[in-house]
Parts: sequence; structure tokens; C-alpha cells
Amino acid sequence: MATAEATAPAPRPAGVNVGRAVRRYGWTAAVYVLFAILMVATVVIKPDYGPFEWNTLTLAALPLAFAAAAQTAIVLSGGIDLSIGPLMALANVLSLHATLGHDLAYSLAAAAVVLLVVTIAGALNGAIIVVTRVPDIVITLATSFIWAGVALLVLARPTPGIPLDFQNLAQGSAVSPWVPNALLLLFVIPLLWVPLRRSRAGLSIYAVGSDRNAAFRSGVDLGWTRVLAYAVGGFFAACGGLALSMTTGVGTPLAGTLYTLSAVSAIVLGGVSLAGGRGGMLGPVAAAYILSLIPAVLIYLGIDPNYGQMIQGVLIVLVVMIGGIGAVLRRT
Amino acid sequence: MSARVATTLRVVQQRSILVLIGLLVALAALIEIIRPGAVNASWVSNILEFAAPLGILAAGQTLVVITGGIDLSVANVATAAAYIMASQVPHGVVRAIVLGLLVGVVVGMINGIGVAVFRVQPLIMTLAMGLVVTGSLNVYGQSDRARGVPVVPEVIHTLGSGTVLGYVPVSLFLWGALAVLLIVGLRGTGFGRLLYALGDNPEATRLAGVRGWQVLLANYTACGLLSAVAGLVLAGTVNAADLGLATILLLPSVAAVVIGGTSIFGGSGSYSGTFVGALILTVLNSVLTLLDVPDAVKQVLYGAIIVLLAAVYTRVLGRD
Repeated sequence: MATAEATAPAPRPAGVNVGRAVRRYGWTAAVYVLFAILMVATVVIKPDYGPFEWNTLTLAALPLAFAAAAQTAIVLSGGIDLSIGPLMALANVLSLHATLGHDLAYSLAAAAVVLLVVTIAGALNGAIIVVTRVPDIVITLATSFIWAGVALLVLARPTPGIPLDFQNLAQGSAVSPWVPNALLLLFVIPLLWVPLRRSRAGLSIYAVGSDRNAAFRSGVDLGWTRVLAYAVGGFFAACGGLALSMTTGVGTPLAGTLYTLSAVSAIVLGGVSLAGGRGGMLGPVAAAYILSLIPAVLIYLGIDPNYGQMIQGVLIVLVVMIGGIGAVLRRT
Repeated sequence: MSARVATTLRVVQQRSILVLIGLLVALAALIEIIRPGAVNASWVSNILEFAAPLGILAAGQTLVVITGGIDLSVANVATAAAYIMASQVPHGVVRAIVLGLLVGVVVGMINGIGVAVFRVQPLIMTLAMGLVVTGSLNVYGQSDRARGVPVVPEVIHTLGSGTVLGYVPVSLFLWGALAVLLIVGLRGTGFGRLLYALGDNPEATRLAGVRGWQVLLANYTACGLLSAVAGLVLAGTVNAADLGLATILLLPSVAAVVIGGTSIFGGSGSYSGTFVGALILTVLNSVLTLLDVPDAVKQVLYGAIIVLLAAVYTRVLGRD
């Protein structure tokens, strides 16, 4: 940008670039500012806010952050997956089954297998959509029943028994009390997403999401790209399920139910366009933290946490309406 | 659109409803094979009784889907309407029922304002309103628990599970009347045609001078009201109202619409299809119950069959 300003004496190009940067990153920045404001408010409300509370927040936000990442990958490709929650539950109960009574090394190997299986399940969602040409929302509503049923078959009722060593991967804080493991585990998201986004395949996901016809005419394989997006979603959903295992220590067949809708909330708040092709991973992850912080703040304030759902709903409507008004103003 | 295309379309549509009815008969035959003698008058009566709440819930969903939207708050609204009705009974039955229906009208209207005036995507708007409704209901339920257990009044119980002449469910009269109203209203009134027009091409509809926002607002309000009615009927059918009453009907309400041949992208479809769709899903449930398999397997089969039906339907319509 500095060189652009140097070579172009007129201030106009720089102004255009600023506008573009605001348009591209403004929303994400605003989400982080909102999170910062909420954190400041939390510390004001609860002056003894310390590493323990921060650790609790990161633990609560970890599964939701992965769920949001899963939904983001799929929505960017122009789809939507309403079976994210059941996929998480599937990973959660499979991991309990696989790790019960084993040591850390075995658990890690088992977790890798679970990641693979649930990634395939996610890809299967995409494959069914591509092959049948039935709209995403219908197929994934139906497969949400299928994956939830499979999770119930694997484990009929909530069962504790995730090995402690495995739990400690998320629950401890190896670096410093203010940098809990649950925060560090989020780096799984950029680890997969950054290289993918820079690759041809990642670009195809964005292309298919923003204009399917144009992508097709540019030689993008629509079917494979959409399946890939669903597979990436499946992978992150599996991470979310494993996060549930590590943070709760329990395998719960119905654990994921709430995460499907919360993940949609998080991506909307995080600035990902449901029309596809617009947005990134940074916003939704911060939004997951905001959504996890709200119930905690309500408890600190001594308010019935049941208001949390209400506030979440109102927050989403307000955010989307503000976004809509912004879009209208920009057009005129 | 030329007359020939219109005729072909109508033939396909008529044929598809016949296909659906054929499927319904096939499922009933399957039950008769699994358990001879199971399909009789009281079975039919039972199926109609259990299909009525779903059919009415899917009626609202059909209206919204025809305009190219979707309402993910129908189940929450139905639950809230039933629970609030049941908890207000001590203050008078009429007042309780009116309050219950009012829940649907208000939530539907807010959905409509969000979608029509503020141009929020229907999926997000109704999802968020669903959260607001459920959250509010939980808060209300906890404040209410001290005041007494919710009761389903006699008149609602009769509406949901009474029968006339031994076999004809009372709810069928309400469902049938609503069905006739919707089928005739969608085909024969200006409002009905505007819904198709908005779903098909909102921009062209706007250029034709239609105030789309008024139509959508009325439509989402109607969907909310129908959801509330479905909630009351459901409370009568199961003779109870709890905080999770209608939650399981969200997917079936969408599935009935899709199986019934209404395009999820809007602009085409009919309530007659949804009507048969609701019956098919109810009979399917009955088949799965007869199979005597664990609930988990039932859930997997249910999902798989919906995928299959939707796939076959999309392919059949796509070929013509």
C-alpha cells in the first residue's frame, strides 16, 4: 500500500483501497471490537475475573468455534449443513467408544480415526446433495436425523470415561494461565484453512459460492468442489465433537443438538454471507466467543441464563438488520 | 408462458399428486403385509388424527416456501402457543385460546417485518425468532411453574383427539377446512397468485407494481397463526403441553412440503401435495413403529427415506 501511494500522486487510489479494506475486513474488525467491549464489560461486572474464568470461557467456546468453522467452510461454497450438530455428536460418542480405558497414545490414534470417519460422513452429505440435486437444506435436515440416529446406535446414553490424559489436552494450560490449551487448539482451524484457501481447491470453494455459473465456465469442477467443502465441514465438525469429549469428558449422543443452530448464529454474526462466497474464519471464531460469553455474563449479573437464548436471537436479528441497512445505504 | 407449456406443467403436477397417493397406498399395503388386519377404519382414523397437527404446521410452511422463504420457527411457535394456552386456562378457556393464537400472530408478524421490511434472509430471521421464542418460553415456564401445572382444556382435547361417528376425527374438519381454503386460495385468489409470483421472480413482481412487503408480511403472519393452530391441535392430540411439545415436528414440516412437490426455491407447488406429504410421513412413522426396531434405527430409516423420496421427486420433476 505504501508503494501504491508513492507511485500514485493523486489521493484517490489510496482512498479506494481504504474503502475496499473497510468493506472486506470492517465486519470482522467490528466483531473483535464487540468482543473486546464485552470482555471489558465482563471485567467491570466481575472485578475478580481471572485465569479460571477465562479458561472456562475458552473451554465453552472451543466446540462452538469448531462448529462455526465447519458451517463457514460449507456456507462459503454456497451450501448449508443443518447436520453439523449430529456430526459433532457422532464424533463425540465414537471417540468415547474408541478411547475408553486406553492411554494417551492410543487415544490420539483413535481420535485420528474418528476425524477420518466423520470427515467421510460430512463428505457423504455433500455427495448426496451433488448426486441427487436436492437442495442442501432438505438433504442436511434429513441427514441430521441419520447422523443423530447413528450416534444413538453407537452410544445409547451419556457415558463418562474419556481418558484424563486426553481431556487434559484441552483442559490444562501448558504455556501460561492466560493462554489455556483450549485457546491454542483453535490453531487447528488456520492449520487446515490457510493452506487450503491459498490453494486452487480453496479458491474454487469461494468461486462456486459466489457465482456457480461463472465458476463452471472457468473450468471449476462444481461437484467435487462442493463435496470438498462438505468434507472440510465434516472435519471441523469432528474437531468440535472431539473438543466436546475433551472439555466434558463425557460421550453424549444428544450433545450436538444445540450446536447446529448456534453455528449458524456464529457465522451470521461473524460476517459470513449465507449467499456464499463472502467471509472468512476469523469472524465466526470471535462470534463463537461472544455467544459463549453471553450466558457467563448473565450468570455474573445474577440473571436467569435462560435469557441467553433470547439475547442470542435478538442479537442476531439486530446484527443482520444493521448489516441490511448498511447494504441499502451503500447501494443508494 | 405458452399454453402448451402450462398444460404440460399442469399434467406433471396432477400426475405427481397421483404418484404421491400411490406411494401412500403402497405404504399402507406394506403395513397390511407386515401385520395382516392392521389397516382398518380405526387405523385410518388414527393416522388422520396424528397427521392433522403436522398437516396444519406444514400448511404455514407451504405458504412461506412458495414465496421462496422458509420458516424455522414454526415448531417453536406451535410449542409456545400450546404451552401459553395451557398455562392460561385458569383465567378462562376462551382467553387462553386467544392468547395462544396471538403468540402465533405476533411472532409471525415480527418474522414478516424482518423478512419483508428489513430484507433479512428468512432462514436467519426465523432461526433467530425461534431462539427468542424458545428462550422467552423457558423464562415464562420457570416463572409459571410455581403457579400450577398447565392443563389442556376439554374443548382443545376434543378438537385434537375426539371423533365423530366413531371414526372421523374432529381435527379432520378443521384440517380439511383449512386445506380447502388454502388450495382454493392459492389457485384462485389474487393473494395466492402473488405468493407464486414473489417466489418465482420478486424483481418482476415489484416492477409490475406489487407492494411485495405487504404480501410477505401478511404471509408470514398467516404462517405464524397456522403454526399456533397446529400447536393447539397437537396439545389436544397428546393431551399435554410441555416446553418441547412440537420440537420434533420441525423437520417433518419441511419434509412434508418438499415431498409434496413444492420447490424449496419458491414459485411452484401446492397445498394438496403437502397434505398428502403429511399423510405419507405419518404412515411412514406407523410403518417404522410396526417394524419394532430401536428408536435410533427408526431415526436413521426416517432420514434415509426422506432423502430417497426427495431425490426421486427432484429427478422425476427434472426429467419432465
